[in-house]
Amino acid sequence: MAQSRSEQLLRPAKVRTIAASFAVALFLDFLPWPDLRLVPDFVALVLSFWCVRQPRLVGLGIAWALGLVVDAGNGVLLGQHALAYSLLAFLSIWWSRRILWFGPLLQAVHVAVMLVIAQTLVLLVRLAAGDAFPGWPLYVSPLVAAVLWPMITWLLLLPQRRLEREQTI
Amino acid sequence: MDQSPPPFFKRGPAPLVRLFFFASLSLALLVLDARFRYAESVRSALAVVVYPLQRVATAPIDLLAAVGTYFSTQAQLVEDNAALRAKALALAEDAQRYRAAEAEAAQLRRLIGAAERVEVKSTPAEILYAGRDPYSHKVFIDRGSQQGIKPGSPVADEAGVLGQVTRVHPLVSEVTLLTDRDQAIPVQVVRTGMRAVAFGGGSSGMLELRFMSANAEIQNGDRLVTSGIDGTYPPGLPVATVVRIERDAELSSVRAVCKPAAGVDRGRYVLVLSDETARPPRPGEAGPAKDRRQDKSRRARSKGKDDGTK
Repeated sequence: MAQSRSEQLLRPAKVRTIAASFAVALFLDFLPWPDLRLVPDFVALVLSFWCVRQPRLVGLGIAWALGLVVDAGNGVLLGQHALAYSLLAFLSIWWSRRILWFGPLLQAVHVAVMLVIAQTLVLLVRLAAGDAFPGWPLYVSPLVAAVLWPMITWLLLLPQRRLEREQTI
Repeated sequence: MDQSPPPFFKRGPAPLVRLFFFASLSLALLVLDARFRYAESVRSALAVVVYPLQRVATAPIDLLAAVGTYFSTQAQLVEDNAALRAKALALAEDAQRYRAAEAEAAQLRRLIGAAERVEVKSTPAEILYAGRDPYSHKVFIDRGSQQGIKPGSPVADEAGVLGQVTRVHPLVSEVTLLTDRDQAIPVQVVRTGMRAVAFGGGSSGMLELRFMSANAEIQNGDRLVTSGIDGTYPPGLPVATVVRIERDAELSSVRAVCKPAAGVDRGRYVLVLSDETARPPRPGEAGPAKDRRQDKSRRARSKGKDDGTK
């Protein structure tokens, strides 16, 4: 709990950091992965992170636009990720205060639930569009993403962290 | 959130309202895209925006490959060279025979007054990456409408047919692989000449010949080639080999599972074929469409032709 208390003293997040993190996440998404069902959706993870941490800066509009970019880049149905990311952003903002109350491990559990819901939404859309069920490994991706959550938190909060010396003043 | 005053006044619409707004926007787009294919211009514009990012993302792989080739040993190069030389010799002989046969065939065709077949043009392309979509089987190639790629063109690699161009952006194109569940290709069994339509098997990575009559002449190891009667695929390209035949006693029908000849999940270089043979117009618009995807690709193809004539 002491850890989460010390996070009250973070610097304000810069828009530049947020934009850069989304660019890196998109880059990671577009890497030619061998099996896509086992690779976490980095954009969804980073989006969820910023919605939890900065709900006044990153919201549903940005989520929707990112979803469209991901859809076009992957050549899938235009709107499926936009829909899923909108819901993900909504859930993240809704639960942001609750999530921040917990330690990294329980935060990751919450994130897993949100990402599974988003993945299920994509699955429903694709099933409705007449595609076949691609198998249960589909849900490995959100779980892997949730495992990465503590690391992502540490990484993305680096630019906001103050030095020890500054904190003691 | 951090240092700003509490947001008593400027809040904008409630999150739930926003969710409904964006969800309905997404659903509208989905319907437009899936049902009517109206969203293509939006998609093309977005694809151009993402293109640099995609190129950057594939760059490390290209770099690794380049480094790998740099360090390949002299001995290996010599060995490869010898092997390739031998292969080229063998192929040259084949090519000569092929050319002679082609000339003969053309002469015969002229004799019987058939429409002369125009040579199939081919554009080499490189596979950029596989589509990040576990629901369908697609790859993206680095040639687009700028290089004259048209939707509906068949795509092949050195071993056989790979798939069909389904969407063309300015710089990249999307190729739906034969193994995609919605993809169909007219084939012919080499041994017996029987015609059939092969459908993609989805995640199994196989092709299927469905609902053939129980006495259909087909057996394991039969090779399938394109029949060319749909006018999209040029005839005679290898498609698949039959690996398993499943008989359904109740329906008295036969299902043949075939392994694609082309490397649908490997290989990097492909050929985009464009067949510009003049054919009589199809009576297609009046007749019932047998297959959704085929019909779609036909429409896309005729649209592409209209564009090409300007």
